[in-house]
Amino acid sequence: MVTVGTVQAGSGARQDAAPDLRESFEAILAAEERVEPRDWMPDAYRTTLIRQIAQHAHSEIIGMQPEGNWLTRAPSLRRKAILLAKVQDEAGHGLYLYAAAETLGVSREELLDALHAGKQRYSSIFNYPTLTWADVGAIGWLVDGAAIVNQIPLTRCSYGPYARAMVRICKEESFHQRQGYESLYALAHGTPEQRAMAQDAVDRWWWPSLMMFGPPDTASSHTARSTQWKIKRHSNDELRQRFVDITVPQADVLGLTLPDPQLTWNPESGHYDYGPIDWAEFESVLAGNGPCNRQRIAQRTAAHKDGAWVRAAAAAYAVKHRDSASSDNGDARSDTERGTGTDGTAEEAE
Amino acid sequence: MTHTETTHAEVRAHPGAAQHARPVEKPVEEYALRLGDDALVFSHRLTEWLTRAPDIEEEVALANIALDLLGQARFLFSAAGQSTAQDEDVLAFRRSDREYRNALLVELPNGDFAHTIVRLLFFSAYQCALYRALEHSADAGLAAFAGKALNEVRYHREYAAGWTVRLGDGTEESHDRAAAAVEELWPYTAELFAEDELVTALLSEGVAADPGALQAEWSEQVGAVLAQATLGVAPTAAWRPGGGRVGMHTEALSYLLAEMQSVYRAHPDAAW
Amino acid sequence: MSEDSTLWEVFVRPRRGLSHQHVGAVHAEDAETALRRARDLYTRRGEGVSIWVVPGGAISASSPEEKDPYFAPAADKTYRHPTFYRLPEGVKNL
Repeated sequence: MVTVGTVQAGSGARQDAAPDLRESFEAILAAEERVEPRDWMPDAYRTTLIRQIAQHAHSEIIGMQPEGNWLTRAPSLRRKAILLAKVQDEAGHGLYLYAAAETLGVSREELLDALHAGKQRYSSIFNYPTLTWADVGAIGWLVDGAAIVNQIPLTRCSYGPYARAMVRICKEESFHQRQGYESLYALAHGTPEQRAMAQDAVDRWWWPSLMMFGPPDTASSHTARSTQWKIKRHSNDELRQRFVDITVPQADVLGLTLPDPQLTWNPESGHYDYGPIDWAEFESVLAGNGPCNRQRIAQRTAAHKDGAWVRAAAAAYAVKHRDSASSDNGDARSDTERGTGTDGTAEEAE
Repeated sequence: MTHTETTHAEVRAHPGAAQHARPVEKPVEEYALRLGDDALVFSHRLTEWLTRAPDIEEEVALANIALDLLGQARFLFSAAGQSTAQDEDVLAFRRSDREYRNALLVELPNGDFAHTIVRLLFFSAYQCALYRALEHSADAGLAAFAGKALNEVRYHREYAAGWTVRLGDGTEESHDRAAAAVEELWPYTAELFAEDELVTALLSEGVAADPGALQAEWSEQVGAVLAQATLGVAPTAAWRPGGGRVGMHTEALSYLLAEMQSVYRAHPDAAW
Repeated sequence: MSEDSTLWEVFVRPRRGLSHQHVGAVHAEDAETALRRARDLYTRRGEGVSIWVVPGGAISASSPEEKDPYFAPAADKTYRHPTFYRLPEGVKNL
């Protein structure tokens, strides 16, 4: 049952809305302009975006777990600080994205419920375990590298709030990739044990990173419509190829090998050819049977559940003090409709 | 990203890689070590909250505080290790718990969110008073550091105070949890204001902060927050656990260090 | 159910001489918390001198270019609040 608040018409009527609304929407897309929250948009555009943005947000939050796993064991204070900043940024990126999704008329609560119930997904790369310290560097180099390739085109996505969130995120993400690469470099040029650790990590994270771009174009069902609506600017295979081409030379500089004997430069195509991806593994992990799926969701839901009394306390406090709070200019105003006691603005003293 | 810290050509073992950390030499270095250990150990406890916090916003906030404290620890360690030429990682990863100099308050295992918030309130209020005093330290390095760090710890205290009030004056459950946290943690605060020979000596040189003066300021601030939170101040306890400043810790610290130091110690000759 | 009173829009003045710009939104139960969260999220890299947080519902918006018929022509919300649009139950992949 769909409730649409104060509006009488159901979503069906919206689809039949005056043709000039649809024309305006198409015109915005054609002009490479941004659709903003108050624009009319097809229901499917809205729901597609909600799904995509939410899953992106969930990925940031869940992604904190595999990397966070090594925070307490980082082998130098500098590495600890770098990793802490990175995990903090991921939480922040999740917040930017949830906020962007909310402009489409869904609440964060609903989105988190969908995540916890398994109705919405997150990037399946995070269903792999981080088994050694070197995994942290490998994730920074490969996983963030793949994410960046995916995300830069999204800065030109047709939906304004999502595109703007992506600009913010991309700025912060490139620092993370460089740090991961630097960490791996130190390992690859360190002791024999460190070098072996680094190579082992790369061997385990390479193929899953390629899978981050999704199924091959021939198999992907969402692509056509998303492309038409300028949500998706490039195909999965295009982006995957771009990632391979960028990354192979980086591996050479590291002095580490990539676990694909078929990886070769093709002078005719101007790209690297690479071996077959195990799509059965991809499907299996996507279906919930990767090494860490259950663990990731369990930890996420436990944090949410354990925090319920804290959130309830904040809400209770706000209710108690709503009517007695006053703003900086001493003008206490209670707003029973809105339920906040302040005039809602506050200025930072400079 | 700076290249000064680990350039490719410099990736090699630290000098004296296999050796244990040596005691620092000067009194002011020992003092800096205490402050640094406080910051590092508490930073570590806060870090343990990541991916477990009550809300995503608290993940950001707690990580922010942990990062600030880690930065403080790194500065203080570099000051502490100067005359013995020991860098921050030697001090952090090559001392056992009997050589750590943090107050017991910061090493206690994390309890619930109320426990962490109350602990943060007590500790950050202490750091505010401490750094405010140290801004006038006769040691120029400490004074400059304190000025910068003061901004950070004021923010930490504001965060902790905000949550203390919301938990104390929130629901019945949150109030009970906050009250339990105050009762459990209060006895550990005495150690923060204890004066020993080292402090007395440095005080006479104008280097250290006066613990007694710190306590007065601290009591007033903490008292005000607890009152607003409808939480009572705990009765003065006869039990005043201490000993951290001379390496007599709770059983919790060696577990913390075992985890923290595990990768570093597994590769004795390595650089990262 | 009333509209979401926990959503605050955030405006940051990055440095003196510039005006405040909308940078996004935060959730909080009260203004003090909203300000702190906005500071934590949007000025982590020293990006702001001054921050304003405004309850989302306090904003009146007029966007004649944006043509959704569900918004009143004059002075309406900045965007749909969650209660205006519910996910249908049992919908997958949403």
